[in-house]
Formats: sequence, structure tokens, C-alpha cells
Amino acid sequence: MGWAIALHGGAGDIPLSLPLESRQPREEALRRCLQIGVEALKAKKPSLDVVELVVRELENIPQFNAGKGSVLTNKGTVEMEASIMDGSTKNCGAVSGLKTVVNAVSLARLVMEKTPHVYLAFDGAEEFAKEQGIETADSSHFITAENVERLKQANEAHRVQLDYTQPLQNGSKEERPNANGDVQLGTVGCVSVDSYGNLAAATSTGGLVNKRVGRIGDSPIIGAGTYASELCAVSCTGKGEAILCATVARDVAAMMEFKGVPLEEAASYVIHECMPKGTAGLVAVSAAGEVAMPYNTTGMFRACATEDGYSEVAI
Amino acid sequence: MGGWAIAVHGGAGVDPNLPPQRQEEAKQLLARCLNLGISSLRSNASAIDVVELVVRELETDPLFNSGRGSALTAKGTVEMEASIMDGTKRRCGAVSGLTTVKNPISLARLVMDKSPHSYLAFSGAEEFARLQGVEVVENEYFITPENVGMLKLAKEANTILFDYRIPTNGYDTCGAGVESPMKMNGLPISVYAPETVGCVVVDKEGRCAAATSTGGLMNKMTGRIGDSPLIGAGTYACELCGVSCTGEGEAIIRGTLAREVAAVMEYKGLGLQEAVDFVIKNRLDEGFAGLIAVSNKGEVAYGFNCNGMFRGCATEDGFMEVGIWE
Repeated sequence: MGWAIALHGGAGDIPLSLPLESRQPREEALRRCLQIGVEALKAKKPSLDVVELVVRELENIPQFNAGKGSVLTNKGTVEMEASIMDGSTKNCGAVSGLKTVVNAVSLARLVMEKTPHVYLAFDGAEEFAKEQGIETADSSHFITAENVERLKQANEAHRVQLDYTQPLQNGSKEERPNANGDVQLGTVGCVSVDSYGNLAAATSTGGLVNKRVGRIGDSPIIGAGTYASELCAVSCTGKGEAILCATVARDVAAMMEFKGVPLEEAASYVIHECMPKGTAGLVAVSAAGEVAMPYNTTGMFRACATEDGYSEVAI
Repeated sequence: MGGWAIAVHGGAGVDPNLPPQRQEEAKQLLARCLNLGISSLRSNASAIDVVELVVRELETDPLFNSGRGSALTAKGTVEMEASIMDGTKRRCGAVSGLTTVKNPISLARLVMDKSPHSYLAFSGAEEFARLQGVEVVENEYFITPENVGMLKLAKEANTILFDYRIPTNGYDTCGAGVESPMKMNGLPISVYAPETVGCVVVDKEGRCAAATSTGGLMNKMTGRIGDSPLIGAGTYACELCGVSCTGEGEAIIRGTLAREVAAVMEYKGLGLQEAVDFVIKNRLDEGFAGLIAVSNKGEVAYGFNCNGMFRGCATEDGFMEVGIWE
């Protein structure tokens, strides 16, 4: 028992030989975000607050594909989406197509708490953001040089890219993994169980590099990219289209609920047996304070900690 | 295997005072759509083609809340959404925020078949529609005088009932309607428009498919997305079954209703009707909804916990039924 927290910064074909200057800032960022979450849990904050707090932090870090640092659509714009779910009440909120909202996960929370709806998108969501007075910024805040470069490369290759590629300096083929040429991606997410046993999950992303304007992935879809119940909380990352059709997050919880399978086994089964290789990863915690972080891609930026003192930051 | 089976719905949550003439019209439309699907199945069409065909028919007819006849947003416009899923390979396609596409379900299918994505929305979806050359019309085409009247009533009801910015007991979060069973989604049943149309089919080869389409909630905020386009919530199909839901969108999303039916079949080994009953009983909390489902064994089932659901079902052995009430 006790609290537990896990977070991710994206699963993908993260090259095994990722250069230090790319590894270090990301590892430090993961460490920092983990620390923020752990402090909050120690201060007895509820899971819902913790996951929102941590995801806000991840959104503000330009190296991850969410908020600032979001990858770009085929028109060079950002369209961000996020969802959040409270396991004890099953209340949830989601947003898509945001262009100016600095912290998408917080707007998702407002949708959950301040409207009779679960999901708002595009202009309607932006309007709601204004009404709520949430922090907004113009596109220059979100767009980074790295992502402009990624888009350029994707255009040249006529590909929709799942974003974890570093803008290639030398055209190295390391990130060309799958037959379909898709390379893997970002997204950030956090799951936690607090000292009272309440679970929550949140996921946020800029989506796919060069995605068609209007494309929605798995991150804002309850049951696909995000899910929380009284048994567990799950946040996914990977190829959105695949995660959506497989309702990954809900599946982990369903296996636990209906088959009585423990967290680690359920999470592992869904990722390794149900998803094509190279398409997905997830972080999950159970009400009992366990953590699981399976992925079937080369790597996944992740971190976790449990009350008994265990903690891990890895790629 | 058990042969083909098909079910259609035109929404859950029906005004008990619905005039008999309207009830009759609804039943005739459901019967017509069923027959359309049945002819197709008899000519060996695949499940995915049949669900699309039938939902197109439902969208085109102004009677139910989809395509023409869609409920209106708070701004008096129409924003339609739909999703379709092919159980054999668990492929899916979904669209939201459509304002000019005559048949949203067909665009959802094109997203599934002709794009690298699974879900497109708003201006991006409209653009894709034009690239694909699907039939588009002016937004006014979808608006019916009846719904303009309903919108007015809904606005009046909302002013009296609640201002959703002020949290009040039960109305500010999803799954409202606790106090009075004659309210759904916070609106009195007389102005609440059943949200959705849908069709589920298992064909002769045992392949399952599901499709759902809607104009959404009357007086919804622009940009509001409901359960209909969300895979796992309003629509789901896999090797075992095909499911389409209708009712309070928010409750369906929280309960990941469509996926649940498949999950209890898969993980608890329940049969189709058992699974449907289990899900309706246990996954809705205080929300109101209904669903239709078929299994790869040629069975058909439906369930709802609210006041009525427009539905029709048929199986290869000659069974056919159209109904509204319990």
C-alpha cells in the first residue's frame, strides 16, 4: 500500500545511441517532474491534483511533445490535446485542437469540473478557455526550432512521423525502424495513487509530426490513451491510431477487473500481446501501490517512484 | 456460426408523451432501414458495408438526430459526428465537428480506409471531405424547423433549471438526471433529443461491424464532442461482437460502454445478452443509456436503462422486431 507515481515523456524508436546532449536534459526533466509529483504526494495532495501538476510541468518542457515543444501539423501549426480522469468518481475531461492554451491538461480538468460535458475541441474549446481565463499564449510560445525541422524532414519524406526522431544531422537510418516508415513519438502522461488510495491519470500531446490538421489521436480519448478506475490508472503513448482501436488504457483495467489479473501482468499482456511491435508503451499504477511501465518500442522516457523509497528514471 | 444478424437504433430516452403518429413514423423508418440491411446481407454484402449503408439511410431521413434533423448547438448550427469500426481487423474511423458533409458516417469510413489517421475533426475533417469529393451541402440543409423550436425550449429549460457555471447538485457533472427520471442530460425529456442513430451487423462470414452517427446534444456548446465518435465509448467492434450506444454521452464515455460489452465477453466469458445486461446494469451509475449489439455467433441483443429506445433487430432465421418501449 502507499502512494505511487509514474510518468512518461513518450515511447518510440529512441535511438540506443542517443547523444548525451539529447539524453541529459530529458533525464533531468523526468527526474525533476518525478520529484514534483513525489513532494505533492508526500504532502498528501490528492491524485487528481498530482497528475495535473506533473503533466503541466511536462507540458512546459520544450523537449517533450506536449504544450511547449508540441510537434507541428501539416500546416506548421500546433494542435494540442489532453485528457484527465479521476479513478474514484470516473469523472473525466478532454480537449483537442488547442492552439493557444498553455496547459492543455488544465483545460481538460476545467471541462470536467465546470461544464456538463466531457470533451470540448477546437474553436469551442478555445472559447471556453477564454471564458475561464486560463493562461494562453500565441503560437511562438509552443513552436520550437527542432519541431520545425522535424516537419521539414517529414514533408521531404512525405511521411507522417511519430515524433521521437531527432532532427537528423546526417540522415542516419537509425530511426527508420518499421516497414511503414513511421518513427515513434512523444506525448507526456502521469498516473498516481495517493495515500488515500485514489487513482488518477492524465495525458497530453501535440500529436503526430505532419499530422493532417484536425487529426485526433489517442491522448484525449478516455479508454484509449487515458483511463482510471478504482483499481488502476493508465496513461499511454505510441501510435495513436493503434492505441485508439485497441482501447489500450481501458483494456489494462478491464483485465484486472474481469479476469482478476494483477497490474504488471495486465499491462504487459496488453502491450506485448495485443499491440503490434513498435507501437505502444504505457505507465500504470494500481490501488495497491504497484507500478508498471511496459513498452514494445525501443525505448520510453519514463520515471516512477513508490512510497517505500523505490524510484527510477529511464529511457 | 449462426448466420447474419442486424440491429439498428434511433436513440435512447424517449418522451412517454410522444404522439402516436411520431411513434408510427419512427417504427416505419426503423423497419425500412432494417429491410435495407437485410437485403444487403442476403446479397452477401460484408458487415462493414451494411452498417455504413444503413446509417446513411438514417442520416438522410430527418426523423432522427443525425445528418439531416440533427440537434442544434447553442448557436443554432449543426455539428455532426460519427464513427465506424470493422471488427475483423479492429480498424476504425471517426469524425467530429462536421458542418457540411451530407453523410458523416461515410466520411468516417473514408478516414478509416483512405487516411493514415483514425479520427479527424472540424476544419481538418471538412478539408479531407473536399479532398475525397464527398457530397457537401450548406449547414442549413441539416436544420429542421422542429429542431429550431426544440432549441428554443431547451434554452428556456436551461435558464430555469440550471446555470452550469454554478455547480449544483448533480447537474454540473456528467451523468445528470438523478432527481427525475424524466430528464436526460439535464433537459426535460420532452425537449431532450435522443442523441444518436446506429447499426451493428454480423454477416454470413461471422464478421462484426458497428457504426454510430449523431448531431449530438441539443443546445450543446460548440466544440462539444459526445460519445458517438469515440471508439470504445459509443462504438466498438472486434472479432466477438459489434456494439453501438446511445443516450447520455458523458455517461457512456465514463463507462466506456461499447468496449465493456466486448470486454466482459472476452474476459468473463459472458454470452452476448448477459454481457449487454451486465453492462447496462453496472456501468452506467446514474447515467441513462441504451445499446444494440450483435455477436459473431449470429445473435442480436439490446438493453437500455431509460425510458424507451427506438430500435429494430433481425436475424437470418427470420426473427424481426421493431420497438420503442420496454
